[in-house]
Amino acid sequence: MIWNSWSDFFNMGGYGLYVWGSYLVTFMCVIGEILIAKRRARTLRQQLSLTKESILRERKDEATS
Amino acid sequence: MSINWYKYAAPSSFYFLAGKLIPFFTVLAVILLVAGLYIGFFVAPTDFQQGEAYRIIFIHVPAAWMSMFLYVVMAFWAGIGLAFNTRLSSMFATAIAPTGALFTFIALWTGAWWGKPMWGTWWVWDARLTSELILLFLYIGFMSLQAAIDDPRRADKAGAVIALVGVVNIPIIYFSVQWWNTLHQGASVSVMQSPKMATAMLVGMLVMVLAAWMYSIALILLRARNIILERESHTSWVAELKETTR
Repeated sequence: MIWNSWSDFFNMGGYGLYVWGSYLVTFMCVIGEILIAKRRARTLRQQLSLTKESILRERKDEATS
Repeated sequence: MSINWYKYAAPSSFYFLAGKLIPFFTVLAVILLVAGLYIGFFVAPTDFQQGEAYRIIFIHVPAAWMSMFLYVVMAFWAGIGLAFNTRLSSMFATAIAPTGALFTFIALWTGAWWGKPMWGTWWVWDARLTSELILLFLYIGFMSLQAAIDDPRRADKAGAVIALVGVVNIPIIYFSVQWWNTLHQGASVSVMQSPKMATAMLVGMLVMVLAAWMYSIALILLRARNIILERESHTSWVAELKETTR
């Protein structure tokens, strides 16, 4: 086993700041990217269900007129 | 047996195919990430020169490789879109750019946090670091140019020109450590020689590379679906989505 304890693990042989500084920012970036893309997908679907209704309404209007 | 290869070149068929593929690549990415981090932190030994600081390699190298690879793929699809006027290929290039830029940023960021304890500086204007920074600017340039042009097809074409011209930077990044005297070390892994690192370190790194691949594919497919919806919102197949998917 490489690590004797959790504090040993977090300390990273004295390089804790650099190792965790790298990993933390990387995971924040990755999670941020996922959330942005997912939110965009959700917004688009919400907007499109509106446009879809309007498309259907237009079609109905055309049919009745 | 004949397969209609053109079927999935249509944004409408691709939209559904991508939707089916995303969960598959997401699960693979998570499994590989957990395995890679486990090997990286609990199996790979301490480096005899760099101590524990070298563990940054498990994100630095995959991110740097992805940043270059994704750029080539982006330029390829942008070029295909420009040459054959195929909508989906251009949408793909647009979908790749943010993920490529993100990996470029991660490569630069982790490089700085690795450089500080090892070289004593966050940044130097050395050939490898500078050309990677130019890569970030190329991604940003591609995205801002596309965002600045209202007509999507014209934005595709303008973006394709930037993307294709920028490809010249990729071999410069790759060979920079050989062509110039740089502070950055040479390639740790190459096709021609046996790798200069312990097996567990190498395995951990390669698993993380695969995880980055799967993550990129899943996210690019997700973003491609968004772009398809944005651009095809006026079409009848999008209007029909309401009845089929709910």
